[in-house]
Amino acid sequence: MPVITANKLRDSYDVVIVGSGAGGGQTAYTLTMEGVKVLVLEAGRSFDVQSEVAMFQLPSQAPLRGVATPDKQYGFHDCSINSGWDILGEPYTQAGTEPQNQFRWWRQRMMGGRTNHWGRISLRNGPYDFTPRTRWGVGLDWPIGYDDIAPYYDKVEMLIGVFGTNEGLENSPDSSPGVLQPAPKLRVGELFAQKHGKKVGAHVASIHRAVLTQPQDAETIPAKLHPGNLKAQRILADSMQSRSPCFWATDCHRGCAIRANYDSQTVHLRPALATGNLDILPNAMAREITLNKEGKATGITFIDKTTGREGHAKGRVVVLAASSMESVRLLLNSKSSLFPYGLANSSGRVGKGITDSVSSSLGAHIPAFEGMPIHNEDGAGPHAYVPWTAHAQNRNCELGFPGGYHLEFTSGRQMPTLTTFNGIDSRSGSGTTLFGARLKEDARRLHGCQLGFGAQGTMLPNDGSFCELDPELKDQWGIPVLRFHWQWTDFEINQVRHQQKHIRELLEAMGGKVKPFVEADVLKSMKPGGSVIHEVGGAIMGADAAHSVTNQWSQTWDVKNVFLADGAPFASTADKNPTLTIMALAWRMADHLMDELKKGNI
Amino acid sequence: MSELDTLPRMDRRVALQWMLGAAAAIATRDGRLLAADDTTAPITAKGYGLDPSMVKVYNPGDVWPLTFTQVQRRTTRALCDIIVPSDDISPSGSAVGVPDFIDEWISAPYPEQAKDRPLLLDGLRWIEEEAQRRHQTAFADLSTAQQTVICETFADPAKAKSIDAKAAAFFKRLRDLAFGAWCTTPEGMKAVGYVGNVPTATFAGPPHEALKHVGLA
Repeated sequence: MPVITANKLRDSYDVVIVGSGAGGGQTAYTLTMEGVKVLVLEAGRSFDVQSEVAMFQLPSQAPLRGVATPDKQYGFHDCSINSGWDILGEPYTQAGTEPQNQFRWWRQRMMGGRTNHWGRISLRNGPYDFTPRTRWGVGLDWPIGYDDIAPYYDKVEMLIGVFGTNEGLENSPDSSPGVLQPAPKLRVGELFAQKHGKKVGAHVASIHRAVLTQPQDAETIPAKLHPGNLKAQRILADSMQSRSPCFWATDCHRGCAIRANYDSQTVHLRPALATGNLDILPNAMAREITLNKEGKATGITFIDKTTGREGHAKGRVVVLAASSMESVRLLLNSKSSLFPYGLANSSGRVGKGITDSVSSSLGAHIPAFEGMPIHNEDGAGPHAYVPWTAHAQNRNCELGFPGGYHLEFTSGRQMPTLTTFNGIDSRSGSGTTLFGARLKEDARRLHGCQLGFGAQGTMLPNDGSFCELDPELKDQWGIPVLRFHWQWTDFEINQVRHQQKHIRELLEAMGGKVKPFVEADVLKSMKPGGSVIHEVGGAIMGADAAHSVTNQWSQTWDVKNVFLADGAPFASTADKNPTLTIMALAWRMADHLMDELKKGNI
Repeated sequence: MSELDTLPRMDRRVALQWMLGAAAAIATRDGRLLAADDTTAPITAKGYGLDPSMVKVYNPGDVWPLTFTQVQRRTTRALCDIIVPSDDISPSGSAVGVPDFIDEWISAPYPEQAKDRPLLLDGLRWIEEEAQRRHQTAFADLSTAQQTVICETFADPAKAKSIDAKAAAFFKRLRDLAFGAWCTTPEGMKAVGYVGNVPTATFAGPPHEALKHVGLA
């Protein structure tokens, strides 16, 4: 079974999955390895990671030195095609007019979805992140705890390959022994922050990223992941042996032709296709989940973008993994007499409870780095981060917000971009625009002396952050579009204030010169909702059908054969990036789905 | 224009109308022919679209036409070499194609570049006017010392005001673009001390001397 065109669809599949990214890829992998017949619908075109990604190309080899344009919104060489915040013909609308009420929605319309340009930061949620109500007295507890998902974190990490260290930290869990790949050495800036950060309570640790630092153990991991399934073990061993470890150069966001880092095609879809149990239909824009008289889903209606014709894919089970908001949109657009307000929406909760990482950033010039001997600092993206460790100080939201945030680094002499030296005049203390010999000298002296941190923190659902169908507007396929409502609460504003003050003291501890904190800048420094591309929720899991859309298995309460495998079931955002948890939940969901199929429950 | 006098069989008014009509027709057909002299003329070319080949190597002019006039090109070339002169370590801006990049930038069919276009084209004119006012010579034909003095005026917000309210903003923008374009070439990268983008078997971490430099060894 291969990548197909609409006329090659089989009459029916066991499972139809919408979306080929982290969630759809993991679900397809788990199911097909166990013999389930699966169809994946992908709205974008096929994409060949081996031949289409630009790894070593320089900015000077791209139009406009590779800067972002409306056509390539993360820059020319970023591994995103037909993607963006604003895509012609695929609009969404905003209910609010104020800047702080805007929600930005990134769509990645290509095979493998957002995993193509993902930052590969793979942090586990900790126990507190599943129990905000119990831990901090606010928000809702998830219907699962850390122990329910921990075995799946181990499995996903072994499958995709994650480097990092076990630090024994509170609420930033260790992996089981032997699961993680060795962490790369830290850079000067990261080590410098490790030393001086201690003065302000910042614990600098190796970050966890989905990048191979050594060949995967194809001898033992396949048997651990697929006990008793020799075919799956053989396919996975082949897949692992076809991946090379990182060669310590090129930006992961550009994609990886040597398959050192994780993307859905490299790790999930390729072995899934090798089982012979997977069809993938690209260029298929899902419109609606179809339902029979008994209230069971029968498949997906889609637009074949190559012909403009509508098609239908039949399946015993439907899994939505189209990205949180796109899956929500599909549910809302699947209206019937049984579900006049959208499929699985008897609770009225579909579209509600959207969260994103709470984020701001700050950087400074570090004088100690001037004149440092030049060396190659490329490595494999960030090697370190600052996990949240102030749990005792924030046990009852004493800091003004629940949870916490981690800090990600920007440091080192990186490949220059068009804008790297735009701020050079103030950095070198010049009141005029530098040019000539002094400009060249200062650029050489100051390059690599900038160090910055980006914070990403906890967000709990609030009543003002949700989406619904726009009553008027439709996209180019005639599908009603989403209208977003967005609102920050005091929790998020307090957290960003804390982020800005803490990053400032951390930079100052390193000798950095930072402009003084200004209260009026707090709101301005907040990244708009959605812009971290960590938006989750909208079909959140819960303990009962009245207050949530799915049960703990990401299975909708209302329609037993509809599941979600992206971020939509997240009941809140942790101070960790969501992708690893999306994959772990998808694997757990797929195991449950197969149990239910075997038992004849769905 | 003297061309009007070479159309004796037409009434001057008729001839003028004819000229304007012809010019408009050409402008519609090929915006770049006339656009460069009119800094407000919109760029009508198309961009590279949502799905360009990412692995291809592109040069300015490959995707949309360049629009500098000869004069603008000469002025830009001279400015790029004052902003980034050559030295023992590295070549000048014009030696690595920076003027072509500036042309690509002001000719690009995207909003950010369209915003820069009038500022940069006006600025090139201010530079020329200043060269004429001081030396009655094109900027490109001045000595390096004379060019530098003019640039120093533009680089200093206090002095640049006397030329135009936006003169300093122009020079800062041109400097950012020219230097950014230069340091993203292999030669420029090397000159600012970037030694990466090379595959290696292992990541060695920082050398001892680097750690020592910041008190970590």
